[in-house]
Amino acid sequence: MTKRLFVKGNEAVAMGALEAGCRYYFGYPITPQSDIPEYISREMPALGGEFIQAESEIASINMLLGASACGARAMTSSSSPGISLKQEGISYMAGSECPGLIVNISRSGPGLGGIDASQADYFQATKGGGHGGYHIIVLAPASVQEMYDLTMHAFDLSDRYRVPAMILADAVIGQMKEALDPHPYKAPADLPPKDWALTGSGTREVNKVVKSLYLGVGELEQHNLKLHRKYAQMQEQEVRCEGYELEDAQLVVTAYGSTARIAHTAVRIARREGYKVGLLRPITLFPFPKQAYRDHTANGQKVLCVELNTGQMVDDVRLAVPQAEVDFYGRAPGAGSLPTPEEIFAQIRLHCEVH
Amino acid sequence: MKTEEMKQVFARPQALNPVQTHFCPGCQHGVIHRLVAQAMDAFDIQGQTIGVASVGCSVFLYGYFGIDVIEAPHGRAPAVATGAKRVHPRRPVFTYQGDGDLAAIGTSEILHTANRGEPITVIFVNNTTYGMTGGQMAPTTLPSQKTSTSPYGRDESKDGYPIKMTEILAGLEGTAYAARVAVDTPQRVIQAGKAIKKAFQTQVEDNRFAFVEVLSTCPTNWGMNPLEANARVAEEMIPYFPLGVFKDVSA
Amino acid sequence: MNHDVFMAGFGGQGVLLIGNLLAYATILEGNNASYFPAYGVEKRGGAANCTVVMSDGAVGSPVVGEPEAALLMNPAAMEQFYPRVRKGGMALLNSSLIEDDGSSRSDLTLVRIPANEMALEIGDSRLVNMVMLGGYVEYSRVVARDALKEALKEVLPERNHRFLPMNHNALEAGAAFVREALA
Ligand SMILES: Cc1ncc(C[n+]2csc(CCOP(=O)(O)OP(=O)(O)O)c2C)c(N)n1
Ligand code: SF4
Repeated sequence: MTKRLFVKGNEAVAMGALEAGCRYYFGYPITPQSDIPEYISREMPALGGEFIQAESEIASINMLLGASACGARAMTSSSSPGISLKQEGISYMAGSECPGLIVNISRSGPGLGGIDASQADYFQATKGGGHGGYHIIVLAPASVQEMYDLTMHAFDLSDRYRVPAMILADAVIGQMKEALDPHPYKAPADLPPKDWALTGSGTREVNKVVKSLYLGVGELEQHNLKLHRKYAQMQEQEVRCEGYELEDAQLVVTAYGSTARIAHTAVRIARREGYKVGLLRPITLFPFPKQAYRDHTANGQKVLCVELNTGQMVDDVRLAVPQAEVDFYGRAPGAGSLPTPEEIFAQIRLHCEVH
Repeated sequence: MKTEEMKQVFARPQALNPVQTHFCPGCQHGVIHRLVAQAMDAFDIQGQTIGVASVGCSVFLYGYFGIDVIEAPHGRAPAVATGAKRVHPRRPVFTYQGDGDLAAIGTSEILHTANRGEPITVIFVNNTTYGMTGGQMAPTTLPSQKTSTSPYGRDESKDGYPIKMTEILAGLEGTAYAARVAVDTPQRVIQAGKAIKKAFQTQVEDNRFAFVEVLSTCPTNWGMNPLEANARVAEEMIPYFPLGVFKDVSA
Repeated sequence: MNHDVFMAGFGGQGVLLIGNLLAYATILEGNNASYFPAYGVEKRGGAANCTVVMSDGAVGSPVVGEPEAALLMNPAAMEQFYPRVRKGGMALLNSSLIEDDGSSRSDLTLVRIPANEMALEIGDSRLVNMVMLGGYVEYSRVVARDALKEALKEVLPERNHRFLPMNHNALEAGAAFVREALA
């Protein structure tokens, strides 16, 4: 076994990316994710890759588009205001079926907001974010280890489906340090070859084109339907979530990322006090684990959705289980608004009785 | 000394609020704030001026100047100022921007605002780094300078060359006044004050675009004490970023 | 095993360093730990604090509303965080800087430790943090002091290893003080 390291979540993202063979990084400084470019600028030269601090987030996402169109594993990282600027490029990547990793260590908004942890980018991440009715893969790590593991997984998923992938975390997961087992990357044997990637057309009969413009009658509709078939396939095959103490739970607390960690402790406290409560933690936010919610509310269980925002994922939960009673507890992100386990436990008590 | 002989030689400018700033010890943003306030006092425009704050260590402009302020998105201050100026063509409008803000993410806005000859004043603070985010490489970072994202020193073959914004903007038809100054010695502070005043005059009297680049310190992210940081301005920055008036159509 | 501790003081007191050290030592012993610092703007303001959560299972929340133990190193930390310490928990106050005797609460274990004086006596005023950490570990027994020493060796750059003995002395002195106080 390799030695367990003790690193920041942001560093784990950088380590996972380099381990997964990412050799192109394009970014622009912004708190609280700057540890990622700082780490990569240190390590990339020895690996023979490219690190570019671009003049803006707009430039960096388009550099990613270019590198990705040429078949490279490439990434960018930023935080909320910067991710907003990237939306045009993300829409083009989605339309051009360009894989690539976008890391959002999100912070509070709207506008300049603050640098504190936030989950208010859930809608932007999972509903497309830019124009044109597309989706990207969204993974929500809840530990330093998952920052590493899911970064690798995001590259694999993105390459497999030719859909851009996002790691959606926040300052809690990005700035905290935990143990990391930096296990080596193994590429899935069945990853399709990138035969669509540009190499310069000289030696081939047909030139390759990476584009999102479709003007022929019916062409764009077909293209969109193709994209949506991929989303449906991911819904079938790529959903991930984790349960904790769910077997006999009468109340299902649900949360992702940082708030799932906080809720985990709240559930532990509640179990100690005799409350029949469990935690359902989505790991993939898109595709969303709809079936898990159906399974765990089949016998009339109630759901309490906890988020560090004023209510976003709760909409998807309600759509997944329209028959269930789904309540929401959230805090509007900003300095001092991170909920505590005790606070969430107090909410659990409002929704659940001791047996 | 008898009281009638006493004369006040130094006072807080009217336009500056009587508060303590958040700047680090040895940071020259404070001095530059003072010079901007003095320029507003000189034309007695405190009550009319609209300031546009950029995203960087100077984002808290609204706390320090007793004027109306808009906080612009990162790099977009000249565009926001354009909107304000078109609504209030008789009001003095200025932006105050760092080098990451103006010379990286905001290059498009500053170039086109100058090119339109938008009658605003731009104060550009060049400290060769991103101060607020913790000392990353800026477009103005000097060759071989180490920062948190250029850990082996700026490599011109990959990272490009430090951008000389004043020279670039002086080359545009729309620019009426462009100067680069420093505030590392008392004499240069006086010169900088004159240039900033001239930049406001260009707007207020001639209704034209004016630009002043001020070389500044960031002891915190340079890893220096205030004295070392001040010395670096003359030793390393001025040789690369020469001081002077690069354009003055009124001259 | 589930433990958590909150540490607060001003920048320069080494609060974040001992938080790191404690979490790292816990991991070296094969358990799990999270270390969550206050960062960014808060950092500039001069205050420093962090939370360390330790467990032999999953760590759970890296933040805690009512910490089981608190190391409070200056008056500002005392004022802000003393009321939040869990009932039945423990507060270690740096009495060199905190005048408040903590008598506003009687529902926790309180130890007032003159950490600055002790650090000076050992030979360096910067050892305040190590004195406090030694005291906490003696109380909580969450890691062995040897694991802390091991962690310190790995965290400190080689050129600073000559300072290790002094740091060890500070850990031991803090531990001895708390042992006596609780005896
Ligand atoms: C879109 C966007 N990207 C990045 C940031 C993060 N950010 C905040 S301040 C800043 C730049 C600070 O540097 P500079 O303009 O040189 O001003 P200084 O702080 O040095 O005065 C950056 C990149 C942001 N707020 N918004
Ligand atoms: S970080 Fe640098 S630019 Fe910002 S206030 Fe401190 S010294 Fe000034």
